Amino acid sequence: MKLRKVTAASAAVFALALTATACGGDDSGDGGSSSSGGGEKIKIGIKYDQPGLGLKTPDGSFSGFDVDVATYVAKELGYEPNQIEWVETKSADRENALSRGDVKLIAATYSITDERKQKVDFAGPYLLAHQDLLVKADSDITEATDLNDKKLCSVTGSTSAQNVKNDFAPKAQLSNRGGYSECLSALQSGQVDALTTDDSILAGYAAQDQYKGKFKLAGLKLSNENYGIGVKKGDTETVNKVNAALEKMVSDGSWEKAVEDNFGPANYKNEPAPKIGQLVK
Amino acid sequence: MTSVLYDAPGPKAKRRNLLLSVLFFALLALALWWVWSVMDDKGQLEWSLWKPFTTSEAWTTYLLPGLADTLKAASLAMVIALPLGAVLGIARMSDHRWVRVPAGAVVEFFRAIPVLLLMLFANEFFARSTDVTSEDRPLYAVVTGLVLYNASVLAEVVRAGILSLPKGQSEAAQAIGLRKSQTMGSILLPQAVTVMLPAIVSQLVVIVKDTALGGVMLGFTELLNSRATLAANYANVIPSFIVVAIVFIVLNFLLTSFASWLEGRLRRSKRSTGAVLGADDIDDLNAAKAGGPHGTGAGGTV
Amino acid sequence: MFDFLSKYDDPSLLGAFWVTVQLTVFSAVGSLIWGTLLAAMRVSPVPLMRGFGTAYVNLVRNIPLTVIIVFTSLGLADIFGVTMGARDNFDLMYFRLAVLGLVAYTAAFVCEAIRSGINTVPVGQAEAARALGLSFSQVLRLVVLPQAFRSVIGPLANVLIALTKNTTVAATIGVAEAAFLMKGMIENEAQTLLIGAVFAFGFVVLTLPTGLILNWLSKRLAVKR
Repeated sequence: MKLRKVTAASAAVFALALTATACGGDDSGDGGSSSSGGGEKIKIGIKYDQPGLGLKTPDGSFSGFDVDVATYVAKELGYEPNQIEWVETKSADRENALSRGDVKLIAATYSITDERKQKVDFAGPYLLAHQDLLVKADSDITEATDLNDKKLCSVTGSTSAQNVKNDFAPKAQLSNRGGYSECLSALQSGQVDALTTDDSILAGYAAQDQYKGKFKLAGLKLSNENYGIGVKKGDTETVNKVNAALEKMVSDGSWEKAVEDNFGPANYKNEPAPKIGQLVK
Repeated sequence: MTSVLYDAPGPKAKRRNLLLSVLFFALLALALWWVWSVMDDKGQLEWSLWKPFTTSEAWTTYLLPGLADTLKAASLAMVIALPLGAVLGIARMSDHRWVRVPAGAVVEFFRAIPVLLLMLFANEFFARSTDVTSEDRPLYAVVTGLVLYNASVLAEVVRAGILSLPKGQSEAAQAIGLRKSQTMGSILLPQAVTVMLPAIVSQLVVIVKDTALGGVMLGFTELLNSRATLAANYANVIPSFIVVAIVFIVLNFLLTSFASWLEGRLRRSKRSTGAVLGADDIDDLNAAKAGGPHGTGAGGTV
Repeated sequence: MFDFLSKYDDPSLLGAFWVTVQLTVFSAVGSLIWGTLLAAMRVSPVPLMRGFGTAYVNLVRNIPLTVIIVFTSLGLADIFGVTMGARDNFDLMYFRLAVLGLVAYTAAFVCEAIRSGINTVPVGQAEAARALGLSFSQVLRLVVLPQAFRSVIGPLANVLIALTKNTTVAATIGVAEAAFLMKGMIENEAQTLLIGAVFAFGFVVLTLPTGLILNWLSKRLAVKR
């Protein structure tokens, strides 16, 4: 009898563990690859951890410029905001997620490059950003060449820091972190001297409450990053629809408002709305 | 508490122990004070960084979904690995060489390889050769890696559990004319299951801990990974680490306590054979290839 | 078939496994020392030390190693400014931080192995030693630990093998050891299966002899009773 009780108790623990997971289970598998809209959901890939661009906020919703653009575009494609299913797409996964049809669109600080264009198609660009440096507010780093013998934070899977080292400051030291927020806390404690990536991303972080006034952008334009919306290779119809939506967004002033809403607090001087199909090299 | 290592302290020893206590306390206090002052210095003690954890949103949006994924991966891995492990463990005890040797090779091979390598490999394999969505892929990869590794550990648990039963059990079964499969199925396995229960629960702790690897290396959205999303919002790296560590400690402490409660209960139980596989044995089985049982926990009491 | 291997020279395959070996050796030495100290605390007559030893072991064993290793980088280095004497050399700094994390984690298991080894020493041995008038540290140093160490070689070998496998977690903070290299290779090369086999073979080569040698040693040195 005793043994049976013990067995029952352990079975209960396993059952508990399983039910605990049940409430966390998501309703995946409802065909994100089905291409036709009309009452169905649309899956859009964004970042979850980039304030100002794509951020999962405490109330479980999403905010940021990428999110606003994607919401507008989805609306033009016939999807209301409640029909959008947001999916986190890490940088390394983006091409794969599109080509397999896991998501319909990706708006996740996705720079249009020749290499990527071989694997996916892009609509846009919808924003022109530049690679820049984020330094402490009292830092004397003003040029990329100042980084020689300094420590530069680099994010795993991103080539921005390596490019700076190769092109401007061969003696800079790179320190690898898992994400930008980890770089920020290293920058705050003085463990690294600078952080480099697109100015739009940097501005979003610097504008967070905890970091307000502690950092500044160096204001360099080390590269041109044309953010586009990724679409599955060969899906020209969607590209054209998205391009039309983006054009409308600029012309009806929603683009300007989204920029103001998301980058305004960050004190970020954005470039004017780019012309669809025109890349700034 | 008395110990065989030292006598009950006399006046001199009492003074010395007190002195040592005070010294040790001073050292600990100094270390804690250093930690506290550095954290204060770097502004890590500011209430605004800790406040999010008192709101329900930080938990319902970030941490609890992460914890749910951790538990989902861990329980899936356990549920799939158990039958696999049982089959491998029994196959390893087969009388037929052509069954025993391959099963042994599989078990020893997967126990010798770090579970992280198995996860990385599974992740790439799923990306290239299957049509698992990129959303689900990290979960699949983590569970696959955990299953491959833990099935071989559990195979050893099953084998040790069956070997721990008195020989008279299988002899008696043979004497009344049961076939080998009947002996295993109706005599040995049912008893071995109870013997193995504490070890299996202890192995769950190992599995829960290993899920965190998937969070950092594969982007699986478990507890440690959801910490990063949380910290991107509240900019609280250290506080979020401490909270996540506490959640892991509480979860695993519950599992460990449950395992040792089971172990104690089974040892005391009159109907069992008294043989139990406990937490100590699991630590040994998680390492590969050191061979034989090592009678830990036996002998004199200290 | 193996030409992809020569493409990687920072680190190379052998270089990466060499880092794995170094991580293992340094962490093994460190955790043996710290683990023995912890075990001594856990059986000591001073209640505060006993309490600390017990608390340490129970806390650390229940935290994933991944959390500890990542914390050495994001917590210790970034916030507490612990740079392990290598402020200007990140590679060295993260290597040392990884060793620190591995030592902190593995020591808990070493402590438990040694403590269970102390338990295997017959009570009569310690009682006889005390009857001779030896103090606690003498009982431990001259009578109990020498016997305990011989009987814990088996369990310690298991800890060492687990440690060898655990060094792969150092890849999470960018230490260029075997798992780090494998991640890079497997993402960029087509021969997934071959790469997996090469690295699996490497770890089998590392763990198999350790297990066999130490197993032989533990049988040879076992206290015959």
